[in-house]
Amino acid sequence: MADYLPIFVHLTFVAALVVLLLTLHTLLGGSHPLPGKSEPYESGVWPIGSARERVPIRYYLIAMLFLLFDIEAIFMYPWAVVARTLGVFGLVEMLTFIGVLGIGFLYAWRRRALEWQ
Amino acid sequence: MGELAVFIILSAVILIPGVIVVTSGNIVRSALSLVPTFLGVTGFYIMLQAEFVAGIQVLIYAGAITVLILFVIMLTEGGSGVEVRQMNEQVPLGATAALWLAFLMLLVFLRTPWSLSPGRPPAYSAPAIGSAFLTNYALIFEVTSLVLLVALIGAIVIARREE
Repeated sequence: MADYLPIFVHLTFVAALVVLLLTLHTLLGGSHPLPGKSEPYESGVWPIGSARERVPIRYYLIAMLFLLFDIEAIFMYPWAVVARTLGVFGLVEMLTFIGVLGIGFLYAWRRRALEWQ
Repeated sequence: MGELAVFIILSAVILIPGVIVVTSGNIVRSALSLVPTFLGVTGFYIMLQAEFVAGIQVLIYAGAITVLILFVIMLTEGGSGVEVRQMNEQVPLGATAALWLAFLMLLVFLRTPWSLSPGRPPAYSAPAIGSAFLTNYALIFEVTSLVLLVALIGAIVIARREE
């Protein structure tokens, strides 16, 4: 627990800095509302159309694939720290685990889910 | 004493955004309010010396799951509409159910003999989790890969249906 004291101090400073900056901004800058200020900022270009549009489902697919392989990578971590003591047995188990997900990877590849046509 | 203070601070970090999650009319704001809630739970895991689970909590929940929820909102027509009523129409019925649930949970909490384990937790939890996964719970570990495979194939089948 005491090892995490620096993180706690860090977070406290971050929160204090945010509150300080926002308070100073409000106190010194004041409020001058203009219609242009509430427009979405698009690198200086006038915004076109609505911000609320449906996005293609490919984004979801990429996010889902990322999440699944992310979880796979996390499962490899506890194996990796005991890989030496478990030896061949652990290696075979891990290869089975990766093999099953490898089938999924091949399926994603064959169904061209990894492409952005 | 310090532990109690940390517990109270973390509880506030979890509960205040948690209330925003269930009451906000803006669904994107609800989704983003999940982030501090997940990070507060991470703090609880660290207090329980479950550091590996804490790492997973940050990576998977605060990172990936929130992004996935935001993607789902972006994919849904009208999903990111600002004025969404989250409140149930049947307030008395819902309040009664919530009170009963709270009562039951308090009953369980007060009646359970919470015993303290004499053993000490290991200094590093990841090796213990690793050897447990690959020896005693090897079958569960392998079935996990099947669950992930099903999720992967399901996502591809649903997303690629139009072709």
